[in-house]
Amino acid sequence: MKKLNVTIVDDDSGRSIILERALKDAGYEVVAILSSKDNLLLHIEKVQPDMIIVDLDSPSRDSLESMRIVTQHNPKPIVMFTNDTDDSMISEAINAGVSAYVVDGFNEKRIKPIMDVAIARFREFQALRNELKKTRNTLEERKTMDKAKGIIMDQRQCNEEDAYKILRNLSMENNKRIVEVAEQIISITGALNR
Amino acid sequence: MSLETQQHDQSNLEKQQLNIGFVPLTDCATLAVAKEKGLFKKYGLDVNLSKEVSWANIRDKLAYGMLDCAQMLATMPITSTLGMGGWKKETVTSLVLGVNGNAVTISNGLYDELKKLNPEFDKQRPVAADTLKQLIELKKVNGEKPLTFAHVFPASTHNYFLRYWLASSGIDPDHDIQLSVIPPQQMVTNLEANIVDGFCVGEPWNQSAISNGTGHVLITSHEIWNNAPDKVLGMNKEWAYRNPNTHKAVVKALIEAAQWVDMHENRVETAEIVAGEKYINVPVDVILPSLTGKYKYHQDGEIVDLPDFNLFYKYAAAFPWHSHAAWYISQMIRWGDLPDSLDVKNIIKDIFWVDFHRQVCTEMGLDCPVINTKSEGHHLQQWELFSDNHSILMAADTFFNGDTFDFS
Repeated sequence: MKKLNVTIVDDDSGRSIILERALKDAGYEVVAILSSKDNLLLHIEKVQPDMIIVDLDSPSRDSLESMRIVTQHNPKPIVMFTNDTDDSMISEAINAGVSAYVVDGFNEKRIKPIMDVAIARFREFQALRNELKKTRNTLEERKTMDKAKGIIMDQRQCNEEDAYKILRNLSMENNKRIVEVAEQIISITGALNR
Repeated sequence: MSLETQQHDQSNLEKQQLNIGFVPLTDCATLAVAKEKGLFKKYGLDVNLSKEVSWANIRDKLAYGMLDCAQMLATMPITSTLGMGGWKKETVTSLVLGVNGNAVTISNGLYDELKKLNPEFDKQRPVAADTLKQLIELKKVNGEKPLTFAHVFPASTHNYFLRYWLASSGIDPDHDIQLSVIPPQQMVTNLEANIVDGFCVGEPWNQSAISNGTGHVLITSHEIWNNAPDKVLGMNKEWAYRNPNTHKAVVKALIEAAQWVDMHENRVETAEIVAGEKYINVPVDVILPSLTGKYKYHQDGEIVDLPDFNLFYKYAAAFPWHSHAAWYISQMIRWGDLPDSLDVKNIIKDIFWVDFHRQVCTEMGLDCPVINTKSEGHHLQQWELFSDNHSILMAADTFFNGDTFDFS
């Protein structure tokens, strides 16, 4: 059987590279990776994909929905799945932030395995991104804490350990996260020094 | 004006935390104002407004429950219910979120070509597409490639308005030109790059093209057909059945917001709100012309008074008229997007919840139309809609070409 031609439309180049590799490993041909800034009509007409996988939050989706692909002699609309697509798969896809379009008349059975790969990669990527965000937040929080401790050390003429204890006590007394207390101290000091 | 924000009883609400989707366009105004002015809160709702980049996203996230309700194109509850271009999902609306609000803008190059052909072609408004038709025929004879026009979504209000305007001058939108779909925020760039020759889109994108000198507005959607609905509040039918009190609370908050926005003195503040980062995220200067009704067709042209360019409440703008829905369906049939064998009357009755709208108005002590349909195209100026104990001031409902549309 002919290898399936898949096109990816995603503005996140990191994610599209991961997805491309995964699809290739699974035996599919990725014929193009496009972003929403490309002239999709032109590119898609040229590469004639069987299936287009697109980031759910890509502004290109409305354009894709209006397109037709000229297969052989008759133009066929690109459709979002088909009438008898498995409902739970669509729901899962939307939750993972991935959408897809196929050329009308495309065999239903061939969609599912590709979608499974895409959904898994989008999920993985989201988890990575959350992890990164968490790390970044932790770093930010540490910086905030250090700054607040510095202010306390200056004003109370105490060492870092004591400054930390003051912060911790304020946090417990006010029933607030310690980093929130630190932020408050920084903003108040900033306002007073203005 | 300050708003009365004392909280209403919320004990009967089925759901208080809501996710409401919107697309960053000027006519998301009532949603933005209801949120920023505490009106959702007043009715016991904790609303997160979720900014969506595509109408397809609005449709899909609504259908699969990631959104409770959403700003939709007025045609979308019909397309979702009938499964046009996506899966079938019964969708309803009881509230119009804005009438008018779009325009047709063309590139400087195309404008110059039309001027050359007929220097007076846009002297009289509303401008018909007659000279455009001449130019298209000329291009055919000369073997030049066809013009490309863009709109925003396959079965959009914009698509049908554009087709209607073109076809009135004998242009076949399926064969004489190319029609494509481009996201609203990319319209101006595409016009500038000559990828498209013209488009039909909502604000602020026409005025944005005017302000940076990329194009000329030929006709507004208000001119094509006065006061037709463009955006509605859509929701799944099953959601509406499950959450009647929450549904009412949302509609009440939005009607109050619409009343506030439609007071002339609040339009500048409204523009400032929707221009913000959370909403459209553009300079307020490009929002102001349409919202304050000081509109420009050309960068170096005069300012034209168009007080009705964006309307939200005035002239019963929020009422989901069945005759409006019927006209859209008539256009869907005309262009082959729907078969002509449909039971239009019952479809509309199921989707456009006029009785629910009336019930909300009664509870709020507001006057509301007692009829579901009106004759379209017969009122050339303001008129009064009478019922037993009140009358409502209505606006004109003229089509630019003098057409009439009667649905009963």
